[in-house]
Amino acid sequence: MAAKRIYMDHTAGKPVDPRVAEAMLPYLSAFYGNPSSIHSLGQEAKQAMENARAKVAALVNAERKESIIFTSGATESNNMAIKGFAYRRKDRGTHVITTSIEHMSVMNPVKFLSTRGFKATFLPVDEYGFVSWELLEKEITPETILVSIMYANGEIGTIQPIKEISQIVHAKKTVLHVDATAAVGQVPIDVQTEDIDLLTISSNDIYGPKGIGALYVKQGVRVEPIIHGGGQEQGLRSGTENLPSIVGFGKAAEIAKAEISTESERLVRLRDRFIKGLAGTVPYSFLNGHPAKRLPNNVAVRYSFIEGESMLLSLDMLGVAASSGSACTAKTLEPSHVLIAIGLKHEEAHGSLLFTLGKQNTEEEVDYVIRVMPDIVKRLRKISPLTPKELRE
Amino acid sequence: MYTEKVMEHFRNPHNMGEIPDADGVGTVGNPVCGDLMTIYIKVKDNRIEDVKFKTFGCGAAVATSSMVTDLAKGKTLEEAMKITRGDVANELGGLPPIKMHCSNLAADALHAAIEDYHKRQKEMNK
Repeated sequence: MAAKRIYMDHTAGKPVDPRVAEAMLPYLSAFYGNPSSIHSLGQEAKQAMENARAKVAALVNAERKESIIFTSGATESNNMAIKGFAYRRKDRGTHVITTSIEHMSVMNPVKFLSTRGFKATFLPVDEYGFVSWELLEKEITPETILVSIMYANGEIGTIQPIKEISQIVHAKKTVLHVDATAAVGQVPIDVQTEDIDLLTISSNDIYGPKGIGALYVKQGVRVEPIIHGGGQEQGLRSGTENLPSIVGFGKAAEIAKAEISTESERLVRLRDRFIKGLAGTVPYSFLNGHPAKRLPNNVAVRYSFIEGESMLLSLDMLGVAASSGSACTAKTLEPSHVLIAIGLKHEEAHGSLLFTLGKQNTEEEVDYVIRVMPDIVKRLRKISPLTPKELRE
Repeated sequence: MYTEKVMEHFRNPHNMGEIPDADGVGTVGNPVCGDLMTIYIKVKDNRIEDVKFKTFGCGAAVATSSMVTDLAKGKTLEEAMKITRGDVANELGGLPPIKMHCSNLAADALHAAIEDYHKRQKEMNK
């Protein structure tokens, strides 16, 4: 319909880098061996898998490639880190701490554990989404076996000071899991200097294929498998390895490592141009999250008196793909728990709009959205009974 | 997700606005849930002579509001009371299941406006 196609919903899904797709192709046809097999076809497959593992390990500076366990994606990695670790450690303690702005694949495993004899604490956050260090320190008891805190939040962009958090967690002799799904590939991560015990990585978030991810498990940290079977991935994740996707994930990690600094700098410039361009074009518009400590690709805004889904439809009619934390876009009919946790009222959360930028977005595209946004907002405000008189034309 | 009919009404809503000297006004929903609709009616000889709406909400909320005003215009008050949520959804070629309850409030708002009209009449005749 619309001639333009401007994709700004990279948190929901990213295109596969063409170089990644090319690297995967032989493994969909010629190299079909099972990495567990003794024959050469199997051994070639195993070699490709281990090369990919080394590339993923290098992206987060893991101490050895064997610390990378391939999974079906970030959701499984988070489940393994939380449930797998809690099961393993339950004789030492039954308390798990996380935050109130985690992804559902962290929130729900923690909630599940709380129905199975564990105690769960969901730390509140401030208006920007930051966790209080004092509160974290206070909440850790000798019973606390695991603290799970995300590296960065994909919805409001806020990047946590993980190194400082890690110092608090380790000073209290407990273990830190970090869901880095939204951050990997945008922010340089070093599991050794940041002292992270368990780290969730997703392939699609670094322009690799969907349906593949990894959990970094620091040497010496033990987790219980949550999927039992033939004992692949050092017994931690059974099931014949998804070799084409693993190879693609490895290639994506290699590209991300090589290009992270130039691409992140480019995205930061694009992001700030976008935020600056939107600000002030219409009254009663706000930025969600922190102005500076945010992901390079994240532009999260909100407009009063109107609702997010109707903004998304209006943008889609112009060929622009974005996202919203409004209840009207959710399966649960609840507004985003992240926006509620940073203190927004329900009606404020309904007016949220999220643009997440990616490799192919240009200044021209950003300028186009900045140009069309005021008319969209004005039209919907004209329809809305909540719009104050002075804004009606 | 939405039918072309829904999108048509979302793009160009019919009867959008307010009637300052309305004979009846009905508001349903609330901004906390994400849907709020107000319907204004002007009544002459027991018929809905004019009807307008204002809506805060998703695409379905806007489209159902627009559709219910189309359905109600020119009808007698009794006929308009018989317009159901189902009628509105059907006229739009259907709504996604999840939207059937949360955003399909336009018929309720119309009924509330008619009830408000009756209430005002009663008070005037006191």
